[in-house]
Amino acid sequence: MTVPMTDIPSPPRPPQKGLVTWIWQNFFGSLGNSVLTLVILWILYKAITGAFTWAVLDATLAPATIRECIDAGGACWAFIQDKWRLILFGTYPFDQQWRPALALVLFLLLVIATCIPASWKTQERKRWMFGLWLVGILLIGVLMSGGLGLPHVEIRFWSGLPLTVLLAVVGMAACFLASILLALGRRSSMPAIRWICIVYIEVIRGVPLISLLFMANIMLPLLLPADVTIPNIVRAQVAFIMFFAAYMAETVRGGLQAVPDGQYAAAKAMGMGYWQSMIYIILPQALRITIPSMVNLFIAGFKDTSLVIVISMLDLLGTANAAKADPEWLGLFIEAYVFIAAIYLAVCASMSWYSRRIERRISMRQQH
Amino acid sequence: MMTTHRPPIIALRNVNKWYGNLHVLRDVNLEVSEGEKIVLCGPSGSGKSTAVFTINGLEAYQGGEVSVGGTVVSERDGTAHDLRRHVGMVFQQYNLFPHLSILENCCIGPMKILKVSRAEAEARAMEELARVQIADQALKYPEMLSGGQQQRVAICRALCMRPRVMLFDEPTSALDPEMVGEVLDVMSELSERGMTMIVVTHEMGFTKRVADRVVMMEQGSIIENLPPEQFFDRDLANPRVEAFLNQIMHA
Ligand SMILES: Nc1ncnc2c1ncn2[C@@H]1O[C@H](COP(=O)(O)OP(=O)(O)OP(=O)(O)O)[C@@H](O)[C@H]1O
Ligand SMILES: [Mg+2]
Repeated sequence: MTVPMTDIPSPPRPPQKGLVTWIWQNFFGSLGNSVLTLVILWILYKAITGAFTWAVLDATLAPATIRECIDAGGACWAFIQDKWRLILFGTYPFDQQWRPALALVLFLLLVIATCIPASWKTQERKRWMFGLWLVGILLIGVLMSGGLGLPHVEIRFWSGLPLTVLLAVVGMAACFLASILLALGRRSSMPAIRWICIVYIEVIRGVPLISLLFMANIMLPLLLPADVTIPNIVRAQVAFIMFFAAYMAETVRGGLQAVPDGQYAAAKAMGMGYWQSMIYIILPQALRITIPSMVNLFIAGFKDTSLVIVISMLDLLGTANAAKADPEWLGLFIEAYVFIAAIYLAVCASMSWYSRRIERRISMRQQH
Repeated sequence: MMTTHRPPIIALRNVNKWYGNLHVLRDVNLEVSEGEKIVLCGPSGSGKSTAVFTINGLEAYQGGEVSVGGTVVSERDGTAHDLRRHVGMVFQQYNLFPHLSILENCCIGPMKILKVSRAEAEARAMEELARVQIADQALKYPEMLSGGQQQRVAICRALCMRPRVMLFDEPTSALDPEMVGEVLDVMSELSERGMTMIVVTHEMGFTKRVADRVVMMEQGSIIENLPPEQFFDRDLANPRVEAFLNQIMHA
């Protein structure tokens, strides 16, 4: 309390530097620095002008044939214009493709509504959101598979973007729950449960996803009775969930460890049982801490859905491959990959943008 | 209270506890009747927190018996869990739930454990918060409050469960000196309302004002259990008490 406070003269403030000075010092401070800057500038210039020439200046739009495209020398967007429905919806019956399109739009609207914090402000709105999701999922199910007057479309025809989204969303939702249970199990005071969880997590993390997919595809049918057939999509989904749950469990465990012991004690002292204290006190705090790494895993998971191609399912990457096999456009593939890369990029960038936003929201709330 | 002999609301009988080889509670005997205020003191590491934590089952014990309201506290048969809702606990580090607003901190117990309606729980919480002059901060989050305010909220949070007994483990020792008074005032006021309290503290002014009995622990045993007049009486004093008092006066 009585520490003497000597008056330390504050150092003179550095004069405000102009933008030009700042650039000069940071990019051209030394000879090496200057060379590096110039080289990078030159590469950037080449890459950007090259890409622009390819994608815009020399590009060919429909109507055009592959011959005209090749002569123009740039991107053949006519190919995408011809094939975009195949890439997006794959083998879904052509005249019914408005259904997956509508399902995707519906799903996107649901996600947007869920992401707006105001949707969760009151108890009543929470109930509404829950109802909306139920109705939404039912509608999407009907749209995709048929019923209510819509002709039935078998699951094996679902492909392209809807398949990728389905695998990713159902997979991530299930993973999230499974990973929480695994993480809690790994910290359980019951040795049997703890050891089962530890072994599971360590074994699965040590195996590549692709081998799990093969196993689910080839070994699962061998283990099951002959008359039981599980659709491809379910097998892939299970492999996915098993794999990412093990990773995510470690992330969740890190979050659980970061919650101070006092929180456990306070919840317990109040009379909360194990599940109550987890649900109301510990997990909300632990999961908040894990948002950045969780989103990281979601992004990885979304992209890794493309591995289902190895068990001959047509996800977005699979349909892009199918599109390039069309004899009419034989030899073109970059355009198709650019097209789906843009879709992947848009989804992943939105996820990481949104996660930064909630992180900011949380830290802002705690400062006021 | 003098006329009828009422059973004690809290009774520790020959309680023993070990951490590995460390004997932290040695034959602890303590009876507290309804409405009594006990101050528990003693040097650091003497087992005060451990003793208090056995009362609401936060710490298990290996020998003897702890009972609250006539029920033996045991983790195994779930009695500890049921008893905790009747035993309020205030921690040194407040331990408020940082992800919940002040109001929600006070409501979550009544709503989730006592199954009280939200409206009723909020009314209860606002009443308790008003009593400690924090009602206007009800929608803020714990980090936005000073230590003294947080500790007062922690007391409210415990009181919202309508406990029969309140336990305090060094409620003011993490506070800046200027905030100690406001928390002690809340505790004094609570004692005037007849709450049964066990307080671990070294605030001797508070002890003289509020305590019915002062219990001193040393190395896991209770070495003194006296009304404050006798405890602080220099003529009667046990040399170990004297030494301890001198030590905390000069700390
Ligand atoms: N979890 C634990 N594991 C092992 N030993 C422990 C544990 N908790 C406490 N102890 C030991 O038990 C003894 C009693 O601890 P306790 O916290 O009850 O003391 P205290 O009187 O409350 O001390 P303080 O005034 O420092 O809070 C101490 O020697 C302490 O080191
Ligand atoms: Mg202590």
